[in-house]
Amino acid sequence: MSDVPIALRFSHVAFSYEALSVLEDVNFHIHAGEFSALVGPNGSGKTTILKLILGLEQSQKGEVLLFGDAPRKNRSMIGYVPQHITYDPTFPISVLEVVRMGGLLSISRKGRLERDTAAYAALEQVELRDLAQRPYSELSGGQRRRVLVARALVAGPKMLILDEPTANMDAESEKRLFDTLRFFKGKTTILIVTHDMSTVSSLTDRVFCIGAQKPGQKGRTVVQHSLEPLLNSPTELYGGSALRVLHDVELPADYCTFDGGPNNG
Amino acid sequence: MDNLFGFFSALGNPDFPFVRNALLAGLLSSILFGVIGSVVTVKRIAGLAGAISHAVLGGIGIALYLSATGKVPGITPMAGAIVFAILAAAIIGVVSLKAKQREDTVIQAIWAIGMSIGVLFMAKTPGYTDPSSYLFGNILLISTKDLVLLFSLDVIVILLAWRFYPQIEATSFDEEFAQVRGIPTQWVFLLMLTITAVAVVLLQTFVGIVMVIAMLTLPAGTAGYWAKNLAAMMGLGTLFSALFSFGGLAAGWMLDVPVGAMVVVIAGGVFLGTAATKMLLTYRRRRALHHD
Repeated sequence: MSDVPIALRFSHVAFSYEALSVLEDVNFHIHAGEFSALVGPNGSGKTTILKLILGLEQSQKGEVLLFGDAPRKNRSMIGYVPQHITYDPTFPISVLEVVRMGGLLSISRKGRLERDTAAYAALEQVELRDLAQRPYSELSGGQRRRVLVARALVAGPKMLILDEPTANMDAESEKRLFDTLRFFKGKTTILIVTHDMSTVSSLTDRVFCIGAQKPGQKGRTVVQHSLEPLLNSPTELYGGSALRVLHDVELPADYCTFDGGPNNG
Repeated sequence: MDNLFGFFSALGNPDFPFVRNALLAGLLSSILFGVIGSVVTVKRIAGLAGAISHAVLGGIGIALYLSATGKVPGITPMAGAIVFAILAAAIIGVVSLKAKQREDTVIQAIWAIGMSIGVLFMAKTPGYTDPSSYLFGNILLISTKDLVLLFSLDVIVILLAWRFYPQIEATSFDEEFAQVRGIPTQWVFLLMLTITAVAVVLLQTFVGIVMVIAMLTLPAGTAGYWAKNLAAMMGLGTLFSALFSFGGLAAGWMLDVPVGAMVVVIAGGVFLGTAATKMLLTYRRRRALHHD
């Protein structure tokens, strides 16, 4: 049994939208400090799992524990980087103001100065400090995504969750993004949610795939798959090195790299 | 020019307090239009505000009827309007938050039903009541008591906007993220709708339903083209709104036309002009970049 605390655990989770069963008997866990990927085709339930982790939806069966408690209680420990496709380009806001938002907590108004300092530090982290005063709408798509990463970093999160971080991103921004993530690997629990089923960044420790339906079930479940190095991976992919997801080598969803076998505790 | 001079001398003339009151009302309303208008614009709830302000006519109609028939003596149109506004805001708020579909149908239904109730009750009210006076209002009928009410709401709105600025900004920019940060986004939204509803009632009794909707969107929309952030948008929106009100009042006086309609035409003209200029500038900048 490993001593490394568990950051996130799904136990027998089921979720459905009225008649539509989305998830059924989902079991997996992520340890603190691990770099994981959650992959699945569009419409497979990735967003639902994300919403359950963020406490935006409640499971009908089973239990989701985030750092040992209900997601709603502990979600402020998460630095969340949305895909953010619903962005309104006419919203007047500067890069610094977007990042500062990450330091907000509930209805408090305190700590404007601290939030400013933290916001500048986070912008430094993603190498965008020079653009702090620029309107957010003037940035390229890749830069905007890195601003959202900075926003997620402001509060010093124990876990980073990135939703489709490389969608519509140029190679340069992608490389810088993964440089930032490499810096945080091991220090922070990182979860990347993506529809790219074939490869993941070489930083990835574990990959969870959504999509398999157990016999007699309507909802999807989650399985863990093996990874192998991808030789000659193109340099524009994840900043240079990638791993191939072996979909035919299935590990038990609760299989754990920390003690070399299934871990239910 | 004589007319303009006449307007300014009327402003300073103690025998014409209504001109001065109208100007003061315009300036005090501008704060509401600038601050609430900016929130309504970035939060994209102008349609909801439109439905609330039109539904208010139902409350006005019922109040007029109850008072004129002696069933509830002395009930003011504003009291009826407040009840309907809060009711409409509550229904629209809950529908927007809970209903996954047909949200716009419900909102349009409330808009139409509210107005129709108003027209029906006005028709049965003894004596003649002209619904159009509530659509366009009459800024020249403002009393000192009304000004005090407006001023009070200004103070409340400024205090709320200052206190909850980070939350307003976050929920308007990225609601899901705001929720993850523990901001009670649904309550913020309902509070926004309620404040908008109360402001709409107060404003529309002076300037009319049509002008309220125009002034909640046009000055803030114009400001949005130039402002760097939401706070600047609120400030600029207030300034634009004050200028439009002053311009409309002066032009209305000089040309002897309804002030409310004049203000809306000026606000609309400036908004469309700004939008066209901005589009042209963006187009030219893109072309210049393309040729580099």
